[in-house]
This record gives sequence, C-alpha cells and structure tokens, in this order.
Amino acid sequence: MSGSRRLLIIGGIALAVWGMSYGLWYAVFSEHQALDSIGSSLAGSFAAAADRNPAVMESSLEQYREAKYVYDRQVDVHGHWIGLAMLLIVLGIGFDRVNFPVRFRQFLALGLLVGAVAFPLGVLLQTISHGPLPRAIAITGSAFVIAGLLGAAIGVMARGSSPANAD
Amino acid sequence: MRILKELKERSLIYVGIPGSSITDGNKVSREIYVSRAQTLIDASVARESELAWFAAMSARRLLLLGGIGLILTGMIFGDIFAVFTLHQNAAQVGANLAAAANAALAGNRHVVLANFQNVGAFLENRGTKVDTHVHMIDFGYLALLLAILQPWVSFAEGLKKKLAWVFLAGAWLLPIGVYLIHYVGLAHSPVKAIGWASIAADFGGLLVLVATFACLIGLWMHFRGERAKPTDKLLGDRSTEGRILFAGGLALVLVGFFHGAYYAAADLYKHEAQEYSLLAQMTAGAAAGARAVINTALASYGQLQGAKAVNIAAHAHSIEFGLLAIMLAFFQPYVRLRESWKRRWAGVLLFGSLLLPVCVLMEMKYGLVAGGLADFAGLLIIFALLAMWIGILRYTGELDASIANTPDSGDSQ
Repeated sequence: MSGSRRLLIIGGIALAVWGMSYGLWYAVFSEHQALDSIGSSLAGSFAAAADRNPAVMESSLEQYREAKYVYDRQVDVHGHWIGLAMLLIVLGIGFDRVNFPVRFRQFLALGLLVGAVAFPLGVLLQTISHGPLPRAIAITGSAFVIAGLLGAAIGVMARGSSPANAD
Repeated sequence: MRILKELKERSLIYVGIPGSSITDGNKVSREIYVSRAQTLIDASVARESELAWFAAMSARRLLLLGGIGLILTGMIFGDIFAVFTLHQNAAQVGANLAAAANAALAGNRHVVLANFQNVGAFLENRGTKVDTHVHMIDFGYLALLLAILQPWVSFAEGLKKKLAWVFLAGAWLLPIGVYLIHYVGLAHSPVKAIGWASIAADFGGLLVLVATFACLIGLWMHFRGERAKPTDKLLGDRSTEGRILFAGGLALVLVGFFHGAYYAAADLYKHEAQEYSLLAQMTAGAAAGARAVINTALASYGQLQGAKAVNIAAHAHSIEFGLLAIMLAFFQPYVRLRESWKRRWAGVLLFGSLLLPVCVLMEMKYGLVAGGLADFAGLLIIFALLAMWIGILRYTGELDASIANTPDSGDSQ
C-alpha cells in the first residue's frame, strides 16, 4: 500500500476515534449542562421581560447567546471531525483511482489530512477566543480540504494508467 | 486453501499433458495452455479471497449487511420523521415561543416559564429524533468502511467477527437509547442529570469506539509488520457502475463542501446575529408592551430558523449521500444483479442524492411542493439502496450454495 493511501486510511481512522472520543466526552460531561444553560437563560430573559426588568433581561439574553454559540460549535466540531475522517478513509481506499504521480498524490493526501484536522480545530478554538486566528485556522483548513477534494476529483477524471490495486 | 490447491493441480495437468505430447515446435499451443492455466490460478486466487473475506457470518459480511441495514433503517426513520413529525414539531415550538412572548407582554412570569418548558420538551423530542437518524446512518457508513478494510486488519477471523458484533451492538444501542431519552427521561435513574436511556446510548457509543479502536490497532499491526498485500477483488473493480458511483459521489461531496463553505462565509454569522437581535426585539417589545414588534420578530424568527435548517440539511445530505455513493462503488462486485440494472440503480441513487438537497434548499421558496419532492428523492435513494442490498444478499446465497455443493466443503473455509 502506498504512502498516500496509508496516510489517509490510518489518519482517517485515528481522526474518527478522536472525534468519537470527543463526542463521548462531550455527551457525558458537557452537553446536558450546555442545553440546561441555553434553555434557562432564554427562559430567564423572557421571564425578566414579564417582570419588566431590563437589566436581567439583557444579561440573560447575552448568556443565551454565548451558550448557544459555544454549543453549536462543539456539536459541529464533533460532526465534522467524524465526517471528514470517513471521507479520508473512503478516499484512501480508492486513492489508486487518482491518476497523478506518486509524490503529488502524497501531497494531496497530506493536504486533506491537515485540512481535516485543522478545520474543526479552528471551529473549536472559536469557543475559546473570538479573535481572527481561530477563524483563519478554520478557513485555511476548509480550503485545504476543498483543494484536496478538487485535486482528487480531477485526478479521477484525468486520463492515465489506473491499474487495479496499483499500490 | 483446498480449492486453490485443487485448481493448481488441475492447471498443472492441462500444462503437463500438452507439453509432453506436443512437439517442441508447437510452442504456441503450449503457451495457450499455460495462459489458460494462469487464468484458472488467478480465478482460484480471487475465489479463495472471496471465500476468505466474505464467508458466511464473516466480519466483512456482518459489517456490510449490518451497515446497509443501519443506513436503510436510519433513512426510513428520517423520511417518516420528516413527513409526520418535523414540521408539526417546528409549528409547536413556534406556537409556544409566541405564547411565551405574549405572556411576557402580559407580565405573566409563570406562563412564560411553562411555555419555555414546553419549548424545551419539543426541542428535546426533535433533537433526539434527529440524533437517532444521524447516528444510525453514520454508524452504517462506518460499518461499510470497516467492511472494506477487513482484509488489512491483522487479527484472526474469530476476533474480527467478535469486533464486528460489538460494533453492530453499539451501533444499534446508541440510536435506540437516544430515541428513548425523550420517553424515559430520568425515571429510576441513579444519576441526577442523565437517565437510563442516555446511559444506554453512551454505552453503545463506547462499544462502537472500542471496536473501531481495535480495528485501528489491527490496521497498524498490518502496516507495521509489512505483511503481504491481501488479494481483494473489491478494490480492483473498475466496472461502469462502480466508476459512475465513485465519480458521482466525489462530485456530490465537492458540491456539499462548496455549499457549506459558502454558507459559513456568507450567512452563518449573519444568521447568528439576526437570531440574537430578534430575540432581543421580542423581549424588549414585551417589556415595552409593543405587541406589533413581538409579532414581527416572531415571524422573522420562524423564517430565520427555516433558512438555517434548510442550508445545514442541504450541506449535510449532499456530503453524506456522496460518501454513500463512493462506498457503494467499492461493493458493486458483490451486487448480484444484471449489469444494466446495476447501472440503473446507480443512476437512481445519484439522481435522488442530487435532487434531495436541491429540493431541501428550495423549501423556503416553494414550501410543501419542494418538501414533497425532497421526500420522493429520499425514497428513490432508499429503493436504490434496498435493490443493492438485495443484490448482495443474492450474492451471499450463491456463494454459500457453491460452498455447500462442493465436496468436502467443510475444508474449504
């Protein structure tokens, strides 16, 4: 098996295990608390409106916004890590259909793996910092994934020798 | 190994007899015989690998049939959920939110809280059903992936079979547990915040995790040990239907990624800001006694939730169906249907996979018509998948029957 296929398959399964571990940890230790916080802060904001208490109303709504922002990203990270991991494994299995030289295929595989790790990581870092760096990491990661996929698609369509089990 | 040995012996006879009886000048005939013998040996090697990797109750067969079963069940569940629950649930959430806003306007704190409790219950009901649908399908995908990778997992078949059972047990337990969360709640639970259904679901997740991790170790052992490349006809297949599914699947994944990236760049942050702004308008309107502001904000809030939902669903479904098509491309040699029908079902699957996300996106503009078309597209995918599953079942039947009809079949496995 070639280096590119090995990289995609092993990297993909490792990322799937990592994504599932993260999801399991999140479901057991964090998700219920997050949902409670989202629900109670939104309800608290409307209850404060009923009490005509604008200070509590605004602070509760702000709390809701922050809790929802973090929750959405944490769920997205879990889903994207596992989804991208499966994509890496599938591409790894069929990577001998990509008609490019070995070195370029390795380059594509490395780009896909880096992108699959970095894109959800950037999204996760947004829960810690609202600055531009996490967003830049996420955008760069997704650009790597899209470029890698585009390269693989062109490679599949390109004319060339694609012997069965070439590597 | 007995079949391989037998065929090798037969091929030696073919080569030996003509070679000894034909004069040295007649080399062409001998080469034909040698070529035929080689073909027989190659065919026997392929058949040996088929028997080895796809024998009855083998890890690959369990994961393949179990995986497609999970995907089919998850999709049928998703279609039923979309038709009978999703829209009704969204309407209930909207109605309770409106009631809460109006109660806030009237200054009735208790009714506000009661309505938000209802919203929480409806959202939990919806969330657990979406999670059931998603996890069932995703575990099915993972099962298909592990089925493809089985020849590279360096464990004894017995252990691989046990891991496959552990995986499938967890893959069924988690979604069923998640589905029951809404109904079981915290009844008789030993833990304050998590009920029995959640515990069962988490345990299912742990089983899947353990089985997948074990497969990773098996793969690592294979690559570390530099073992011989396993013979597997699945990866060598270059049939038309396989190529259609692979290329079509890759295109769907790409389209889904582009759409997701566009949505994240153009709309995601805008939608998040709008959501906060609309909720602020509702509460401020309630505090100020402005019913018109509340009603406008409620209407816009419903539209916003719809826009978010269709964008996310279109993005996710396009990528997931693309992945499914790519994975099914590898299994086409196991689908025992006529070539023309294999191509037709591949086309139906890809057509449905493209139609569904497009119609989901158009739901905001064309409402129920687009929704109905999306459900129809989902049915097309289910039918295509079911047809392929039946084809694989036919193949397993043929394979098992051929083993049973072979003399001394007990040795062949």
